Amino acid sequence: MGGYGDVKLLNDDGTRLDGRAIDEMRPLTAEVGILPAADGSAIVTHGLNVAIAAVYGPVEAHPRKIQRQDRAVVDVRYNMAPFSTSDRIRPGYNRRSREISKVTAEALESVVLVERFPRAKISVEIEILAAEAGTRCAGITAASLALADAGIPMRDMVVGVASGKIDNIVVLDLDKAEDNYGQADLPVGILPTTGEIAFLQMDGDLSPEEYNTCMEYNFKAAKEIHQIMIDALKAKYDGGA
Amino acid sequence: MNGAAEGAEQRLVTPGEVIGTSLDKSAGIGVLSQGEGMIATRLGWVRENNDTISVDPINSRYTPRSGDLVIGVIEAVRNNLWFADVLGPFNGLLPMSLAPWKVEFGAARQFMDVGDVILARVQEVDESHSVVLTMKGVGLRKLKEGIMSSIPMNLVSKLKGENDENLRALSTASDCRVIVGENGRIWIDGDSTGIDLVRKAIDLVNKEGHKNTFQQSLSDMIGNTPGGAE
Repeated sequence: MGGYGDVKLLNDDGTRLDGRAIDEMRPLTAEVGILPAADGSAIVTHGLNVAIAAVYGPVEAHPRKIQRQDRAVVDVRYNMAPFSTSDRIRPGYNRRSREISKVTAEALESVVLVERFPRAKISVEIEILAAEAGTRCAGITAASLALADAGIPMRDMVVGVASGKIDNIVVLDLDKAEDNYGQADLPVGILPTTGEIAFLQMDGDLSPEEYNTCMEYNFKAAKEIHQIMIDALKAKYDGGA
Repeated sequence: MNGAAEGAEQRLVTPGEVIGTSLDKSAGIGVLSQGEGMIATRLGWVRENNDTISVDPINSRYTPRSGDLVIGVIEAVRNNLWFADVLGPFNGLLPMSLAPWKVEFGAARQFMDVGDVILARVQEVDESHSVVLTMKGVGLRKLKEGIMSSIPMNLVSKLKGENDENLRALSTASDCRVIVGENGRIWIDGDSTGIDLVRKAIDLVNKEGHKNTFQQSLSDMIGNTPGGAE
């Protein structure tokens, strides 16, 4: 971070390279119930990111040693498709996907009412089909939608958003160039109803003031995304009652 | 929004949505009271009953409750018990003492093997969600003929109708024996035209069961079938 001083990421008129304003999010769309075999599923496109999430369960947790007698375990598998980036990714688990699976599982466990399903397991599979910075946020948003679609009881849905710093200016929702050549990235999982934070990571350095601006942007974006999520869930059952 | 949707228009809510205050109502199924507010924990329709506010989930896995009539598929056999899949999180356990036959220890497999379908009742569910099934009771048996189908368990009440009215109409119209388990499995026995009608009804439930026009569509379908209700 910060080692690419000569890369210019802001236009002279203050807009970003792709023409967005500094507090503007990439377009986000969501749809639920796309996979018939899963108990719940969702697809989220965020900019050029495409994330699919599938939820299976609750089912009996196997192997037995992972069972908890007082609650369910949330098992998340985050995976990037080999064709999701310009350099082919070697298929399978790697350090990065392990890390993201872990933080996503912990974020989701904080909202799912796991104590309702002792000894059970809720499997969440997140597949990134196309990546353009911010896949963990798209993944967690898709996973929340899939959990809601599966009818898993939750306190709230987790919305994944990120903001960061480029050219010494705080901006919302970094794209690929901004993520690679920018100075900081702050992905956050927000519970939109209560405003609680389910996960937070930071890459790079931010001053306290910059951090506060980032969080302000994140909360604003989380509200927007939350509305899109609600619309997606309700759209599936439109005309119902 | 104050959660007082009294009219015919039912309200669809998403997890985390605040649906009312806990001051005048108590939280039912699918609702969590948090501080002064009540939040929905599931995607579903709000239902208000006297002082209780609850959410009927749109989609949900079957949660066994004692007394439920279920259709299970035998998944494993031990010397003295069977394990049956009842579409819940855990397999149901059918001990040989609760089977309708006198079974010698070690002879369980001679009565039922993997893949057999049973009509059973949930005897008890303990705090760790273990399910014990029983086949002692009127009509509980191994299902030998007929076909099996399934619908999402939250649409079971829609298919059955009020006081099982739809179910009776469907049985009469199709001249089939139809049993709907609380877990969403359906067993049908009859001739092929009758089974065809019931299958059409099941398709209709799957596609339109959540709509408020469903009851009308189902009545139309049953009424319009040759040999149906005259």
